[in-house]
Amino acid sequence: MNKKYLRDDIIRMSGVNPKKCMRCGKCSGTCPAYDEMEYHPHQFVSMVENGDIEPLLSSDSLYRCLTCFACAERCPRGVEPAKLIEAVRLTAIRRQGANRLTPSDIPAMLDEDIPQQALVSAFRKYTK
Amino acid sequence: MQRIGVFVCWCGSNIAGTVDVAAVADALKNEPGVVFSTDYQYMCSQAGQDLIVSSVKEYSLTGLVICSCSPRMHEVTFRKTAAAAGLNPYMVEIANIREQCSWVHKEMPIGTEKAIILGKAAVAKVNLNAPLTPGESPVTKRALVIGGGIAGIQTALDIADAGFPVDIVEKKPTIGGKMAQLDKTFPTLDCAACILTPKMVDVAQHENVRIFSYSEVTDVKGFIGNFDVTIKKNARYVNEDICTGCGDCVTKCPQKKVPNEFNLGMDNRSAIYIPFAQAVPKVATIDPAHCTMLKTGKCGVCSKVCKAKAIDYTQKDEYITEKYGAIVVATGFDPISMDKFDEFAYSQSPDVITSLEFERLTNAAGPTAGKLLRPSDGEHPQKIVFVQCVGSRCDSCSEKGKEYCSKICCMYTAKHAMLTRDKYPDTEVYVFYIDVRTPGKNFDEFYRRAVEEYGVHYIKGMVGKVTPEGKKLMVRASDLLDGKQLNIDADLVVLAAAIEPDKSARSLATMLTASMDTNDFFTEAHPKLRPVESPTAGVFLSGTCQGPKDIPETVSQAGAAAAKVIGLLAKDKLKGNPCVASSDELMCNGCSSCEKVCPYGAITYEDKEFRMPDRTTRIRRVASVNPAVCQGCGCCTVACPSGAMDLRGFMNEQIMAEVDAICK
Repeated sequence: MNKKYLRDDIIRMSGVNPKKCMRCGKCSGTCPAYDEMEYHPHQFVSMVENGDIEPLLSSDSLYRCLTCFACAERCPRGVEPAKLIEAVRLTAIRRQGANRLTPSDIPAMLDEDIPQQALVSAFRKYTK
Repeated sequence: MQRIGVFVCWCGSNIAGTVDVAAVADALKNEPGVVFSTDYQYMCSQAGQDLIVSSVKEYSLTGLVICSCSPRMHEVTFRKTAAAAGLNPYMVEIANIREQCSWVHKEMPIGTEKAIILGKAAVAKVNLNAPLTPGESPVTKRALVIGGGIAGIQTALDIADAGFPVDIVEKKPTIGGKMAQLDKTFPTLDCAACILTPKMVDVAQHENVRIFSYSEVTDVKGFIGNFDVTIKKNARYVNEDICTGCGDCVTKCPQKKVPNEFNLGMDNRSAIYIPFAQAVPKVATIDPAHCTMLKTGKCGVCSKVCKAKAIDYTQKDEYITEKYGAIVVATGFDPISMDKFDEFAYSQSPDVITSLEFERLTNAAGPTAGKLLRPSDGEHPQKIVFVQCVGSRCDSCSEKGKEYCSKICCMYTAKHAMLTRDKYPDTEVYVFYIDVRTPGKNFDEFYRRAVEEYGVHYIKGMVGKVTPEGKKLMVRASDLLDGKQLNIDADLVVLAAAIEPDKSARSLATMLTASMDTNDFFTEAHPKLRPVESPTAGVFLSGTCQGPKDIPETVSQAGAAAAKVIGLLAKDKLKGNPCVASSDELMCNGCSSCEKVCPYGAITYEDKEFRMPDRTTRIRRVASVNPAVCQGCGCCTVACPSGAMDLRGFMNEQIMAEVDAICK
């Protein structure tokens, strides 16, 4: 897949226009998972815009995003970085054999405090 | 039959680059009525205009078609040229082959084809043009300034100094506006009150100025040179003429728990109040929403203590009507509400304040007598975070903020940060910025001084969240240059709120039929060449009602607006626009459609006696247009079902001839 196609595909999937970003950094200023991430929300926006997507696809940051949508809610320009991160994550797990979670992983992770709904969402987010 | 001359302008390469001007001149040569056709490099130059004048003489031309730029640019120029050549100025038509042709098309054949078509339409119209003569109307030599802030004060002073009477209408009990609330002014740091209050006194004492404070404009009728304005003087329950402003009533008033709007609700005032010590006019005003006497009839303390006997609980709102030749809008701005910005905890903590509130907190006449103290516990804050661009530069679909840059925040935040560090060197000051915008004389130097001399921490990034935790405010923000997320335990957070036009501006614009943009800023007649005039003749703009501005810019614009007003009032008579509507009484069926759509109230109906073919007389109701009020918009000609309404200079048959020429 060439770089431009990948970029356009992610932009189309997410419905986000990264050109609207004014580089204020409010998304990263508000992100509760900031310290866990190698690439931060504002970097997702500028890297996608520049077509620099491979490093994002192979980064663990994709799975550190909590999808809490604080960045999307507070972005003054309506860019919604969370949707962009979601699109990159989908692009990553849709590759062959790239599922992040398989049913056989579940028994080891079971914990009384984890609600059923969290598991369902985890499958939706991490599995194609 | 007309004898028409066609003049095709190159506009250097502006037109000639995309339109084959020689081909256009050649093609129009054979149009009906055309006896001469040529092209020239710059038609608007002296040489170009001379060419027009000599051609009129040589070919005995009766009408002119100029293929050039937009009529908004040079129609007036070429009408003057026609007059100089002895023609009626309204025998000129402009074919806009620049904005509508060469600037929007890239290929020469397409541009040329369209230019020829537009030229043909103009020729077809000139064939039906008739000479028009504008009427004259007198000018009332008095100006009205709406808004008594620094913009309104400066405009009024400049007009008054030129010898014309001016009235200022201010809705608050005192003039002074937002500038009266400021502490110091950037970039020189002189005290706002020290430079403003002498001007307030000047304007109040000027023999040519009357101030209607605590008043509003409620109705505007008429047109340039002849406005009839109704002003509502709200009852202040104090006789302005005899109140001495001693303040005894204010001290003795038992109702002292009214939020003080001058200090943005950070302290309280009494129900009878004088907004601040230097108020002009310095007279007391009773707030009817909080006065016990007015609400229950039981109190009357102020009346008892007033030595001048100025209190009058029976006072009523008063309406006065006055005539004006010109109106200046100077309605100013307000900071936007912070209610929707939950992430900054403005409504959760009293220690999150706006920059205007910060001004009051540092002002010697403010609620803390100039000591910077936290509103929650009155302690001195050690760590202060300033957040810029709160509500400015938002997406156009944003429900919270504004799309534009508010322009003044970078500089006042630098000022606040610098003054804080100067007065309290033990304080840590952080400024979060997206960009620092300092295009102004001595502005960038000022900002650099805040950083280099005063040690203000400027951080490129935005605050994402403010959480009150005990006595602290936890500020989570990004530092984009260092690639870090910061967590600062601040004592005070100051939000540089976006500014928006005053809420009263929209209804005023409707009264004045002056246009506004989507943000409710008044639109100027031309953004570059007519920046202080509204497109509505006789209405001028001063200050932030037209767009965000700092004080020096506001004062310059105020002076410019005054110069335009003086130019207008200096005339004894005004030439009107002859392109006005007129009704054919024989065709009018009296349906009132035109009267309903007319935005200027120029159409009235009257009963007229008509002689019928059978020699009887009949009274019929017919429309009549006041040509002095009509602005020639043409709404009525479209609304008229019987075709009785027509617009001079744009007659229905002229428009149809143009359409025919284009569609041929």
